[in-house]
Amino acid sequence: MITYAIYFTFACFGAGLLMNLYKIATAKGVGDKVLALDTMVINAIALMILYGLALGTEVFFEAAMIIAMLGFVSTVAYARFLLRGNIIE
Amino acid sequence: METAFEALIAFFLIVSGIFGFVGSYGLLKLKDSMSRLHAPTKATTLGVGGVLLASIFHSIAIEQYLSLHELLITLFLFLTAPVTAHFIAKAHIHMSETPETLPGAEQDGIWATHDVPAEEDETTGDKDSTA
Repeated sequence: MITYAIYFTFACFGAGLLMNLYKIATAKGVGDKVLALDTMVINAIALMILYGLALGTEVFFEAAMIIAMLGFVSTVAYARFLLRGNIIE
Repeated sequence: METAFEALIAFFLIVSGIFGFVGSYGLLKLKDSMSRLHAPTKATTLGVGGVLLASIFHSIAIEQYLSLHELLITLFLFLTAPVTAHFIAKAHIHMSETPETLPGAEQDGIWATHDVPAEEDETTGDKDSTA
């Protein structure tokens, strides 16, 4: 039962990742692209944790944590760059 | 007991998968930038939260030990998602909206993010150019 649920969730988040990629490629404004990139990071975290769940290992949590932090910092840096033109004043 | 836990894990996984899908689909489907902000920052974060809950139950029920790493990631994501949403919204307001195109700010007259004294910008600009 869990195996099929994991497959279903893999498919959902994988489709989400593809839609985000399409949005990054076709969005008109820069803000939308940054938003799509942020969503892509969140979906990647979900996929990573799911993979850890499917394999039954703990290794992926540290990676997921680091990617979560990097995603947050990069999104804030992007938004700040759009807003001010530089990141550290 | 085992079966009940498996059903619970499968339930959380499927719900979170649907939420994650809806979040990413909303990014394509919704019309303007400000409403597009809602789908990824709320639905997708909830989806990841569901996967992490499923992972906690999995480690308790199947692998017989308590693992709380997941709570750390959930907490981090739930704290940072509103902050990123706020930053992106602010960038959008300053790049493609003017005070006239935004909805009115009731008794304040102008939204706080537009209420910046003009001199301040100039002085910081001077500092940057001399530095």
